[in-house]
Amino acid sequence: MAALTEEQTMIKDQAQAWVTEQAPVAKFRAMRDSGVEQGFQVETWQAMVDMGWTGIIVPEQYGGSDLGYLTFGIVLEETGKHLTASPLLASALVGASALLLGGTEAQKQAWLPKVVDGSEILTLAVDEGPRHAPNVIALRAEKTADGFSLTGRKTMVLEGGAATTLIVATRTSGSAGDAGGITVFLLPADTAGISRQVLKTADSRGYANIDFEGVIVGEDAILGELDQGAGLLTDILDRGRAGLAAEMLGTAAQAFAMNLDYLKTRVQFGQVIGAFQALGHRAAILFSEMELARSCVEAALQGIDGEVPSQAQLCSLSKCQAGAFLHHMSNELIQIHGGIGMTDDFDAGFYLKRARAVEGAYGNQAFHRNRYAQLLNF
Amino acid sequence: MVELSDEQEAFRQSVRTWLDENFPPRLKGKGAELLGYGEYTGPLQDDASLWQQRLGGKGWGTPTWPSQYGGGGLDHIQTKILHEEMNRIGAFNPIIVLAGMGVTMVGPTILEYGTEDQKIRHLPPMCRGEIRWCLGYSEPNAGSDLASLATKAEDQGDSWVVNGQKVWTSGADISQWCGALVRTDSKAKKRNGISFLMLKMDQPGIETRPIKLIAGASPFCETFFTDARADKTDMLGNLNDGWSVGKRLLQHERASQTGVRNTGGGKSEALQDMAKRYVGADAEGRLDDADLRLRLANHLMDAQAHGLTISRIAAEARGNVEVSASASILKNSATHVAQTQSELTLELMGHSGLGWEGEGFNDAELATVRNWLSGKAMSIYGGSFEVQNNIISKNILGLPENTQKG
Ligand SMILES: Cc1cc2nc3c(=O)[nH]c(=O)nc-3n(C[C@H](O)[C@H](O)[C@H](O)COP(=O)(O)OP(=O)(O)OC[C@H]3O[C@@H](n4cnc5c(N)ncnc54)[C@H](O)[C@@H]3O)c2cc1C
Ligand SMILES: Cc1cc2nc3c(=O)[nH]c(=O)nc-3n(C[C@H](O)[C@H](O)[C@H](O)COP(=O)(O)OP(=O)(O)OC[C@H]3O[C@@H](n4cnc5c(N)ncnc54)[C@H](O)[C@@H]3O)c2cc1C
Repeated sequence: MAALTEEQTMIKDQAQAWVTEQAPVAKFRAMRDSGVEQGFQVETWQAMVDMGWTGIIVPEQYGGSDLGYLTFGIVLEETGKHLTASPLLASALVGASALLLGGTEAQKQAWLPKVVDGSEILTLAVDEGPRHAPNVIALRAEKTADGFSLTGRKTMVLEGGAATTLIVATRTSGSAGDAGGITVFLLPADTAGISRQVLKTADSRGYANIDFEGVIVGEDAILGELDQGAGLLTDILDRGRAGLAAEMLGTAAQAFAMNLDYLKTRVQFGQVIGAFQALGHRAAILFSEMELARSCVEAALQGIDGEVPSQAQLCSLSKCQAGAFLHHMSNELIQIHGGIGMTDDFDAGFYLKRARAVEGAYGNQAFHRNRYAQLLNF
Repeated sequence: MVELSDEQEAFRQSVRTWLDENFPPRLKGKGAELLGYGEYTGPLQDDASLWQQRLGGKGWGTPTWPSQYGGGGLDHIQTKILHEEMNRIGAFNPIIVLAGMGVTMVGPTILEYGTEDQKIRHLPPMCRGEIRWCLGYSEPNAGSDLASLATKAEDQGDSWVVNGQKVWTSGADISQWCGALVRTDSKAKKRNGISFLMLKMDQPGIETRPIKLIAGASPFCETFFTDARADKTDMLGNLNDGWSVGKRLLQHERASQTGVRNTGGGKSEALQDMAKRYVGADAEGRLDDADLRLRLANHLMDAQAHGLTISRIAAEARGNVEVSASASILKNSATHVAQTQSELTLELMGHSGLGWEGEGFNDAELATVRNWLSGKAMSIYGGSFEVQNNIISKNILGLPENTQKG
């Protein structure tokens, strides 16, 4: 654990207490069973807003507390532990980052206070096919007399059903695969021509495919600069990756704790199963993986806060390492629990399903290994 | 390839003719779909029942079993020919699925340990796919440590009276018979006081409660026995010798889990082709994801190594594949190959491999997710991955037990 400030420690303790008491996995189960379409419970989200979590990275003049990304990560780790479902990451981290990185003063003033008070839910719409591929954006934004007309499809948009405002990566010139010609737009989700297909996914969270058919927006909807949005998009994504990695670390850490508990309590052959060295060693390996993943997750968040030059590399490192650990951990969670692990009444399945969903979001391990190599020029 | 004798070629011809006349063409390649839930569903039910009657009547659902008990009486080469011919036309064997744990596990054990009366009563209905069997081994406190099971049976003259609880009993709610391990001597050492009983499921003393799995369906149950009765003639093997009988059955179970089971009769798209479809490829046909490409290659190599090992063991045994210790190696290897294949399929499908139900995902994508989840059980049931490794180190390598038991 990084050396935390007093304020960060307080927030961590508060988050831990709130999540365990008010938003444990049982709450997620209830949400899943009731089939809530948006993939989270309104009261859970409202409580997060009330605790000020939506303003953690937002400067004070826009209503936030400006505590930085590491602090946000601390909270996400706690919500990740209990699979607490909400648009916190999509809106208050990714959405707010987009505005902070690319927004004009007017845009910041118009949107950030609403992100903080929860009246707007933002999300980034980037992928267009089955895979995360921000380098091949094809959704077209054609120049019109007084703005742009957007046509195309975005897939698997996080909180895509509940979002009230979309941040959309589009192509304003060139063709899919070109580095130039990307423009990011920010527009209300109910703009004419937008239709959403809410998806029912294995992790029971909120996602949607979103179709754009001649959606008309003005020039003032541009976030950042016309045709020069690729860098901005990458920076937004990297913040999302670092935040998601923190959440994934929390999810995996909780799975580890569940396993450790079972190793110490389940008795077979007259002894606790943790006494079988075959299993003890696997717990030891997972524990080591967890420690290494934690270092990467914290370094990426601190790297963003400190604006270090190797931010991008750190973000890929952290998403990849947290992803690999969570993948391994979620499989072991089932295996160590034997028959019980396979039952829906037990929570292990939730962790396994969630693991694969977050692994793919904003780029899976393979994506980030490839990118890491690219960043190191080989 | 082994050269076939004239006689064997003639057998192949006769199989072809029989299949032409008896397999309803509308069922071609529909095995998996029809039998997905272990029972026929959908508009092809009548054809499916007809096919079951014909195949079962011929004894070819259980081709190697003796014909006097309803089997096909075929040797292993003839059996291989039969399977090849069935595969060729997309025919499938519904009997294996319909009999639950009967054909793969209980049946072979009855053949070895059963009395003549037990064979005549229990095997023919199994061969016709009319009676489904479940297996009552595991209990809440006796999983891997099966020998500590506590469900007990008491001798009450003309019948055994059974009390206790089993868990994870696959298909208990839809089976007519159960093969159960029960304690018949509580004073003997753990393994020496166990017997194998065959019980009718349809009786007041047995209650089943389905348990939902992470993949959504409820294929297994908690099974409660309250003064349940088994006929005195339905103990398989000797009194208090159930551990040998039960372990033998588990070896049959393992043997049935070493290959890729073929009940489907349809060919699915090769993984590498599917990968290209979802991920894309460059001008030379190389997958657009260098990392995934090599892991796919690695998996295909593992799968081939597994297949070659099955063939080699079969060849060394001159076709007479005996259930043996090698089954533990093959079970773990088959599990590894199948689970890795599911993980890779999910990964290459990307966002499309996350669907649970409803719109936005096609049937193959939704099925991939469910299969991936239910496949996690392969390394747990039938002796977990770890139990297989314990068996390998103890029984094959001769390592002392305390190296694995802490
Ligand atoms: C889908 C499914 C279907 C099943 N169907 C049936 C059925 O039809 N009939 C039936 O009787 N049972 C059935 N089972 C039960 C299955 O056989 C048991 O789950 C299995 O034997 C493991 O027992 P357990 O679940 O109690 O796990 P435990 O034995 O408690 O094991 C927990 C973990 O500890 C490990 N472990 C235990 N002992 C050792 C050791 N000595 N060394 C190293 N590691 C060890 C295990 O491998 C596992 O990872 C089914 C299970 C599943 C998942
Ligand atoms: C689903 C399944 C499939 C299996 N398939 C096979 C198979 O095909 N072939 C096969 O040989 N075995 C099979 N087994 C049995 C398996 O080998 C054993 O459960 C396991 O490997 C332990 O070995 P064992 O048979 O020596 O167990 P046991 O000797 O019965 O006992 C296990 C160990 O625990 C010790 N022990 C027992 N009671 C106590 C106690 N109260 N306190 C401390 N220690 C104790 C014993 O001394 C022994 O070392 C299977 C088991 C399961 C659950």
